[in-house]
Amino acid sequence: MSQWIDVCNVDDLVADAGICAWVAQRQIAIFSLPKINGVFAVDNLDPFSGAQVLSRGMVGDLGGIPMVASPMYKQHFNLETGQCFEDQTLRITVYPLRIHQSRIEISL
Amino acid sequence: MSMKQTLIVIGNGMVGQYFLDTLVNSGLTEQYRIITFAEEPRPAYDRVHLSAFFSGKSAEDLALVNEDFFAQHGITLYLADRVISIDRQQKQITSAQGRVMAYDKLVLATGSYPFVPPVNGRERPQCLVYRTIEDLQAISAAAATSSIGTVIGGGLLGLEAAKALRDLGLETHVVEFAPRLMAVQLDDGGGAMLRRKIEALGVEVHLNKNTTLIEAGQDCLNRLQFADGDSLETDIVLFSAGIRPRDDLAASCQLIQGPRGGIVIDNQCRSSDADIYAIGECALWNGQIFGLVAPGYAMARTVIADLQQQPASFSGADLSTKLKLLGVDVASIGDAQGKTAGALSYCYQNEAAEVYKRLVVSADKSRLLGAVLVGDASNYAQLLQYCLNGMTLPDNPESLILPVAANQPAALGVEALPASAQICSCYDVSKAQVCEAVASGCCSLPELKQRTKAATGCGGCAGLLKSVLDNELTKHGVAVSNDLCEHFALTRQQIYHLVMVEQIQTFDQLLSRHGHGLGCEVCKQAVGSILASYWNDYILKTPHIGLQDTNDNFLANIQKNGTYSVVPRIPGGEITPDMLITLGQVGKKYQLYTKITGGQRVDLFGARLEQLPLIWQELIEAGFESGHAYGKSLRTVKSCVGSSWCRFGVDDSLSLAIELENRYKGLRAPHKIKFGVSGCTRECAEAQSKDIGVIATENGWNLYVCGNGGMKPRHADLFATALDTVTLMRYIDRLLIFYVRTANRMQRTSVWLENLEGGLSYLRQVVIDDSLQIADSLEQQMQHVINSYQCEWKTTLENPQHLQRFRSFVNTDQPDQSLAFIEQRGQSFPAPSLPVKHFPIIEEVA
Ligand code: SRM
Ligand SMILES: Cc1cc2nc3c(=O)[nH]c(=O)nc-3n(C[C@H](O)[C@H](O)[C@H](O)COP(=O)(O)OP(=O)(O)OC[C@H]3O[C@@H](n4cnc5c(N)ncnc54)[C@H](O)[C@@H]3O)c2cc1C
Ligand code: SF4
Ligand code: FES
Repeated sequence: MSQWIDVCNVDDLVADAGICAWVAQRQIAIFSLPKINGVFAVDNLDPFSGAQVLSRGMVGDLGGIPMVASPMYKQHFNLETGQCFEDQTLRITVYPLRIHQSRIEISL
Repeated sequence: MSMKQTLIVIGNGMVGQYFLDTLVNSGLTEQYRIITFAEEPRPAYDRVHLSAFFSGKSAEDLALVNEDFFAQHGITLYLADRVISIDRQQKQITSAQGRVMAYDKLVLATGSYPFVPPVNGRERPQCLVYRTIEDLQAISAAAATSSIGTVIGGGLLGLEAAKALRDLGLETHVVEFAPRLMAVQLDDGGGAMLRRKIEALGVEVHLNKNTTLIEAGQDCLNRLQFADGDSLETDIVLFSAGIRPRDDLAASCQLIQGPRGGIVIDNQCRSSDADIYAIGECALWNGQIFGLVAPGYAMARTVIADLQQQPASFSGADLSTKLKLLGVDVASIGDAQGKTAGALSYCYQNEAAEVYKRLVVSADKSRLLGAVLVGDASNYAQLLQYCLNGMTLPDNPESLILPVAANQPAALGVEALPASAQICSCYDVSKAQVCEAVASGCCSLPELKQRTKAATGCGGCAGLLKSVLDNELTKHGVAVSNDLCEHFALTRQQIYHLVMVEQIQTFDQLLSRHGHGLGCEVCKQAVGSILASYWNDYILKTPHIGLQDTNDNFLANIQKNGTYSVVPRIPGGEITPDMLITLGQVGKKYQLYTKITGGQRVDLFGARLEQLPLIWQELIEAGFESGHAYGKSLRTVKSCVGSSWCRFGVDDSLSLAIELENRYKGLRAPHKIKFGVSGCTRECAEAQSKDIGVIATENGWNLYVCGNGGMKPRHADLFATALDTVTLMRYIDRLLIFYVRTANRMQRTSVWLENLEGGLSYLRQVVIDDSLQIADSLEQQMQHVINSYQCEWKTTLENPQHLQRFRSFVNTDQPDQSLAFIEQRGQSFPAPSLPVKHFPIIEEVA
């Protein structure tokens, strides 16, 4: 049974960019891609640099797959699955997200 | 005991050294003990680029051989020791220092000497020649106390020498016996156009002048007396009346010489003694002396083959030339004067643009016999290929010299060249060799140059080489895709153009019209930069936010732990003690690690997102502005104190640096841009390693362009000399916007120039001569950038909506607890983080 946790308002999202939220002692990066009506939540930790920075990466797509590029060394991560494009063995955590009455909610 | 034979090479000039280089690669060193005698005090240097000595290249820069070459290959080198005689019976030579050595094989590579016509008074003081580094040192010394210099001889070399005198700040004259300049290579029309151009450089030309006497002058040290009764006062007299082969050694041992000198050689480059070869400018082949390096190199290769008992024969050389004079495009190909029986000519003359072109074709109009190009030699390589390879001309040969309408494809692609076509004549590199190198993995010009040596001599073939490279890559399907990324099948330059033409203001407009998908960090940043260069909007305006990488997004540089650094602008490195105190106070208050940067300013490290606005608030109140350390934009203008303090300062480099920094701050570009301004040639500001470098001289500012420190250092090129401040800025305005419009993404000016077809001289044409007629538009665009400058931090602080984004978390004001610091040497540093695995850097970050 999943439990939805209230995070922020949809107005807090920045189109085609990310924001970071503090949820249950975790840093969560949330991205908004209005062109595909997509909002995604992933772990903010960049596994390559060890810094909490993914929310500040640039978004877009690679071969049609929505992605974020780490601001540190530019590895790309699939926003739907967390899979790293450059390293098959790496996958970051993806969190289920929903919009409920203009609020962003995620499930851990 | 090995039974090596002894091979002695007399002369360590350009050809002698090339011979040694080729020899050590041929394996013949197993068979021969090698000894070489050099009359000059240093090993071989690049005589072809000798004039660069005047623009600051040192003897070391010009060296063709590194220190340990001789030791490494077991070659004995005797410097400053001239061979004075050869004893062919004993097979031994004697040197001026008294060395007597036996040889089995002898190679004469003694070059030539400048011919000084037998004019009375030619031994007078400051009557000089132009051949060696010592000659140039003597000219420099003489120039220091002179105001007028005259070159006797209006040939290729004479004009180069004249340009050098001009650049040394002398009033310069050229005196020519013939009725036109470059009498050997040009026709009357070309000579006349060249004269106009040379005079426009500030060199006065006197034709039909036979110098009969040099005597003491009244106002100057010397006076030239001419046969027609005229005279000319001059301090320096520089003879450049042709060269004569250095065949004195041959004479001493009765080798056969030509009636007008030169050591007679056969097709194997053997003299009349089969154990003695002669190569380079001392050799006479088929009644001809070749005053260029390429034929000398070909002779050297022939001798190597002969020593290896392989068939090879020297078969003459093409004497087509392209003048490498600043700002003057002149080329001569084959039978330029149309002396072949039945030859027909086509001429194109444009006095307004100072262009003259002539084609000489065979009677049936099918073959190109020769050409003269003055004012525009851009299709030199193409025409040369027609001529050398006997390729069939198009039905309307005149199309080759008529101005091409925009977008019309060039008449001939490199694809049409036969495999045997010579691409580089200096190193005799054929198209086939280039193709082979590309096939085996050379994908860039630098790699190709390194592998084949093509374009590393005079450099004249670089454009052609690049075309062959691109053509081959395309054929191999190694997509020479210059597409920006998968979202845009366009180059950065094309996108720039679309933005201009369609007045596109946002990434989304561009994407919907010309791209597909959502975009990625590559195209977004590139387009963000283009929009910023062109419109100079505030970069954090809503539609642009997603186009900025984190540095631009938060107007600060991200550090390894996710914190940011703060770099306020300190124009020219000049800062008041009060401002310095403010920096100290701010650093202390926010516990920022503080360091003096390599760019003459101060960097404060370790700020969290939510601290950035607070820090900048204090800095801006104290009068600081954003330093754009985060942007692909103007960084610093490094300067020295110049004439304001320094006892050597020639001009006020400090004021100029500050003015330049304030003028160009905020300009967004394909990559970062750095300037340097030095107050004199001691160059304390290292201007020659910057994108834009300026050095003060007695006559005005010298402008250097496209230098680079960093990963691949490149010395800047001298672009223009003796400029006043207004002209200087005009050139910089034009050059920078031209760079902004045409460079690839993430291309520094150095790499841009190296890839710019036509190179430095093309850039000069665009910037100085306005050959594309875009100077106005370039200047206007720069003016727009200057007028619309804003301190991005100031704008951000004034706008609460933007400030919203400077928080660690969207749902709480607490700081990021994951950041940990340690103390070292009294300051704060990031705590060592989790062991991070090694990863390839996908992309240079900033
Ligand atoms: C702070 C400073 C080093 C220092 O402790 O002194 C520095 C720091 C960085 N340099 Fe630099 N460079 C600094 C002077 C230089 C210099 C020296 C100079 O400017 O005279 C050079 C060589 C000169 C040149 O650029 O031609 C230099 C060549 C580079 C390069 C290589 C550029 C190249 O063309 O090869 C990079 C990487 C890049 O730009 O792609 C780079 C990139 C960087 C980045 C941005 C790397 C990064 O993304 O983290 C560093 C972060 C700056 C920051 O966090 O604030 N930095 N860097 C210097 C800041 C100067 C300033 O006041 O703005
Ligand atoms: C300013 C300038 C610009 C030029 N530009 C071009 C150009 O753009 N393109 C081009 O193709 N060519 C150019 N040339 C010509 C080119 O430099 C020569 O063709 C080339 O240097 C010839 O090489 P070499 O080895 O035959 O003679 P050199 O380079 O002159 O070498 C001969 C060497 O032998 C030494 N020597 C002579 N006699 C003795 C002896 N008895 N014992 C020991 N040593 C001895 C000499 O001192 C000299 O160092 C230019 C020349 C000059 C001066
Ligand atoms: S470059 Fe010249 S003026 Fe500037 S500090 Fe050095 S010596 Fe002085
Ligand atoms: S032709 Fe001179 S370097 Fe290639």
